[in-house]
Amino acid sequence: MSPPPDSNTVAVAAAIASQGAAARAPFRWRPAAEAIVIPVGAVMAGCVLFGFFCLFQEKNPIAVFAAIYKAAFGSWYSFQNTLVRAAPLMLTALCTALPARLGLVVIGNEGALVVGGLAATAAGLAVQAAPMPVVIGVMLAGGMIGGGLWITIVGLLYYKRGVNETISSLLMNYIAIALMNHLVNGLMRDPSSLNKPSSYPIPDDKMLPTIGNTNVHYGLFFGIIACLIAWVLMEHTTFGFKVRMIGGNIRAARMAGLAVTRLGLITCFLAGAAAGIAGMVEVAAVHGRANESLAAGYGYAGILVAFVARHRGLPIILVATFLGGILASGGILQREFKLPDATILLFQGMVFVAILYSDSLYGRFKFFKEQGA
Amino acid sequence: MNDHSGSIGWWGVVIGVLAASVRGGTPFLLVSLGECLTEKSGKINLGLEGVLLMGAMSAYAFSYKSGSPWVGVGAAAVAGAALGCIHAFLVSRPKVNDIAAGIAMLIFGSGCAFYFGKPFIQPTAPQLPAIALGGWSNLPQVSAALRISPLFFFGVAVAFAMRWFFGSTRWGMHVRAVGDAPAAARAVGISVKRTRVLCIVCGSALGGIGGAHLSLFYPGAWTEAISSGQGLMAVALVIFARWNPVQCLWASLLFGGAQAIGPSLQAVGISNGYYLWNASPYVLTLLVMVLTCSTKRTLVGAPGALGTAS
Repeated sequence: MSPPPDSNTVAVAAAIASQGAAARAPFRWRPAAEAIVIPVGAVMAGCVLFGFFCLFQEKNPIAVFAAIYKAAFGSWYSFQNTLVRAAPLMLTALCTALPARLGLVVIGNEGALVVGGLAATAAGLAVQAAPMPVVIGVMLAGGMIGGGLWITIVGLLYYKRGVNETISSLLMNYIAIALMNHLVNGLMRDPSSLNKPSSYPIPDDKMLPTIGNTNVHYGLFFGIIACLIAWVLMEHTTFGFKVRMIGGNIRAARMAGLAVTRLGLITCFLAGAAAGIAGMVEVAAVHGRANESLAAGYGYAGILVAFVARHRGLPIILVATFLGGILASGGILQREFKLPDATILLFQGMVFVAILYSDSLYGRFKFFKEQGA
Repeated sequence: MNDHSGSIGWWGVVIGVLAASVRGGTPFLLVSLGECLTEKSGKINLGLEGVLLMGAMSAYAFSYKSGSPWVGVGAAAVAGAALGCIHAFLVSRPKVNDIAAGIAMLIFGSGCAFYFGKPFIQPTAPQLPAIALGGWSNLPQVSAALRISPLFFFGVAVAFAMRWFFGSTRWGMHVRAVGDAPAAARAVGISVKRTRVLCIVCGSALGGIGGAHLSLFYPGAWTEAISSGQGLMAVALVIFARWNPVQCLWASLLFGGAQAIGPSLQAVGISNGYYLWNASPYVLTLLVMVLTCSTKRTLVGAPGALGTAS
């Protein structure tokens, strides 16, 4: 049904491919400003919407925002709490952000997190007699492989069978949770966990330690490092350039001789591996064992982080910290304002809607056009 | 032990699954019909999961407040249509990806449902009356299985009405034209934007009614885990049904039955792999998509402009 690619497309694709990532355009500040102003404006618009909602619910919006700020960033103690929540968000956001550069909308973050957590637990328990760094290393590898293979399945289904990646990855979230319930109620079950079926615990002295004398665990480092690697990989390497080229025009990429399927599957693996590390961190630093607490919604919040950050590694660090703060303030809203815990979800929804609306605003403001371009 | 339940043994599993395919298939049916209408106009609505939750919550709340479950059903349709309006507004803007908009509406809709539904988790709301067709049988399982939701019959009627609508009416042809070739539709004077907005809003209203079945008939209570992805499975189900409303009916019954395999097996004492059986609707959906999709060709019956930016 699609017309054959015209010679022009092929020529352009070949030209782009031969140039590679080496040719760097001079920095243009107006488009760069657009890429910052529009998402920030959209987040603010989402906040204003939420403010009106608070008014409608007869709460003082300024007091609510002040409470969120205080609970998230107000003191060193609360900021540590925020950072603990930001770490898994950075990692799960990458699970959406990396395939997004290929033009795929993958939302299997929660499933990859759960499978990564399960694999990390199994791997950690297998070597629990070893010294702590070995246990952590093995768990990290387990989490990456588990989560990575999980999202690779999504990629395989897409490239080999043309199965819509959004739907398949979402279905696989539910399958992952069922798999976890099966394992922690059967094979991996610790008989002493009565109320909340769980796996056997990772020994306390083999858990991921906290940084210095703070409450923040090393998972934050994993998150920041993963985002930095993703940034360099996607924006500054030939691999990233090829991936972005596939996202821009898959037919042109094929014509230029790129191994579309292989690049796509590698990206999917990396995306899943990042979410798998999030699962590993939750097990190794927070819960100490695999159980239903793993599926706490970090995966779904990660989708929002990726979209707000426009799927770029560096902004993900900032946006995840921001959203981590909002998640950390849920308790305060419940205690001080009698707002149910779903308020945070509603707030996220409003920001998400505003962000998507803002997608239609790019290129609409004369101010951001490069002069004379 | 009860004589009857003892004597029918494995038939209990079969009857259980058949009964559940009607009971559990009804929300699938309504949501997939809503999705079918939306996709025929060329847009995908992943936000129906949020619509389903919002419909379930508003149906329960209004049924509880008013004392009439039918007021609840109406409220569910209105709530669904309201979410549909936001979705339609978003996707009719240029450059907005409809899949991403669906995810946003999923989060927004479930946020709304959980927020406003908090006070209604405890109280008991009046339920929809069942239509009992099993009076002829003296087996309690059979007569219980044949207590059918009125919304199921509503769904069946909508399915056939929709087939007639697409096949034999001018407006149905307009919808198909907009979904297949928006540029051509525009050229003959059909408003692409208005047609799509109407389809999304009506589809979402149907999804809301599907939610009403969840909270007012089966499982028959409002909880936050009530929909568990059924709105999303509907998208796959429509592909499986080849965008044909009547085939949506058969596919919904299949999916409703798959949902009941785990609990039915547990009821006859087989609890091995209970949690894995719970994943069977999702696995089934994936399998269906793997078997029916292809990278080589477009699917038979697929609207030509589905998922393209236009």
